[in-house]
Amino acid sequence: MSLALSVRTVRKQFGGLVAVNNVSFDVHDGELFGLIGPNGSGKTTMLNMISGALKPTSGEIMLGHDRISGLAAHHIARKGVARTFQLVKVLPSLDAEENIMAGAVFGHQRLWGEEARSLARQLLERVGLGGREHMPVSAMTYIDQKRIELARALASNPRVLLLDEWLAGLNPSELQIGIELIAELRAEGRTIIMVEHVMDAIRTLCDRCVVMSSGVKIAEGGVAETLSDPEVVRAYLGDDDA
Amino acid sequence: MSELPFGITQKELRIGIGIAVAAGIAALLPLFDQGYYLSLSVNLMLYAALCTAWTLFSGPTHYVSLASAAFFGLGTYAVALGVESIPFPILVAFGAVAAAILAGLVGAATLRLSGVYFVIFTLGLAELVRQVVTWAQAKFTGKTGLYVFTDFREMHIFWMLLALTIAIFITGWLINRSRLGFAMQIIGNDETVARHVGIDTARSKILLFMISGAFIGIAGAICAPRYAYIQPPSAFNPQISFLVVIMALLGGTKRLWGPLVGVVPFIFVMDFVAARLPNQMPIVMGIAFLAIVYFVPNGVTGVLEKALAKWKARNAPAPQAVADKPAEVRP
Repeated sequence: MSLALSVRTVRKQFGGLVAVNNVSFDVHDGELFGLIGPNGSGKTTMLNMISGALKPTSGEIMLGHDRISGLAAHHIARKGVARTFQLVKVLPSLDAEENIMAGAVFGHQRLWGEEARSLARQLLERVGLGGREHMPVSAMTYIDQKRIELARALASNPRVLLLDEWLAGLNPSELQIGIELIAELRAEGRTIIMVEHVMDAIRTLCDRCVVMSSGVKIAEGGVAETLSDPEVVRAYLGDDDA
Repeated sequence: MSELPFGITQKELRIGIGIAVAAGIAALLPLFDQGYYLSLSVNLMLYAALCTAWTLFSGPTHYVSLASAAFFGLGTYAVALGVESIPFPILVAFGAVAAAILAGLVGAATLRLSGVYFVIFTLGLAELVRQVVTWAQAKFTGKTGLYVFTDFREMHIFWMLLALTIAIFITGWLINRSRLGFAMQIIGNDETVARHVGIDTARSKILLFMISGAFIGIAGAICAPRYAYIQPPSAFNPQISFLVVIMALLGGTKRLWGPLVGVVPFIFVMDFVAARLPNQMPIVMGIAFLAIVYFVPNGVTGVLEKALAKWKARNAPAPQAVADKPAEVRP
């Protein structure tokens, strides 16, 4: 398996605070990779550095053989990284179809006109919103807005898809739908990095994961053994004598 | 809306025909009157062009530009400097290019900043350009102004401004159908999303500002023959910048035709005030500005649209969420 994304001793400092402290990991093509850890451990900062929302203080991030760290977000998007946001971000004055077209038109594959439109329709169908092309997204439920966001990210046909707590805030039945959707994407061969708190989802979905705590990588590997690592348990639940 | 390329809808066709008819009727105006009303109509057409060009950029981005006078003056001076030796259309093109270059420089320097800095910078810029031109003119030519003698009469200027206004509308329509227009819609919704779907937001804004500036430059070039004698205080008059903003805001900047709704009544009122109270013009302008921002923040078209939406909601039993956000202009 070849490397899709490689994070090499990446560090991010905000003044005196080290949010991400020399973290390294590799993600292979077609892998569903989990980025987990307690609140404030630097997961979203890591994701923001991959997508270009933040620039690393040091270290480098490679997409295939291209270095993407330090590039502007729109360059990284065009090279093939797409993402969803922790707090869902839809485009309220555009309808569902146009929201998704945004990803198709400007992202990795840069389609236009009928091509972009028909791809948007396919993806609406794909995420389970077929027939709602012209619905205003502001009138949609939370999970449907999340679906729109996912479809927008998929519309660019990204080499790496970043999901920032995409399953957070869903009720149990929606969660089941969401997990199935991500499982299908993995089956299609997508490379996905997901930041997630929902442990069930991590267990059922991820091939491998990295656990971060206070900005440091504390474990990496297969999901089952990583989650039973004593240090990971300590990071989540605290010390015995605490 | 991001329509398909070359797919002109029935509605667009009807609007196009309507505009063509209206423009045809307007073009006949100089045949009926060549005095007061023509002169008033030239003013009307001039501000229709300026405000629409301004809205081309400020409508979708919500950035308030006070640089109109700088672009206008550059166009005027392009004509004044070359009118003796170079054909008029080429000078107009020079004016457009000069204004676009200036807009590009300003955009590159300031459009990454927030709206407030942009407003102040553009205001200062117009003044700076005026001072530089004044200085350069005195230093290198020893004169304080330039004569522009052409065969153009008031009606020719009126026709040229009418053509320019139509050109701006067509450009705006083409932009709306293009990637740039779609990018601007996304940027207007959420700039973070725009960047993450692959839009170079700075470049898109600069490009749009350059297009808008170029049209304002052309308007200045067309008006040069009207002034006959051109000096920096008249060519780079800051009042132009302010009037453009006031009228565009009065009409509303959410739609490209919005400013027209503001220009027409404002020109008539201004003409009335200028005739009765010539010395109180700045006061009237200031009060008008305050009143507009306070009472009709979304412009007349905003008020009309709201009323229309209400009326529709009353007549349609099924309530539907209105997706549009109010187009507030960020100062």
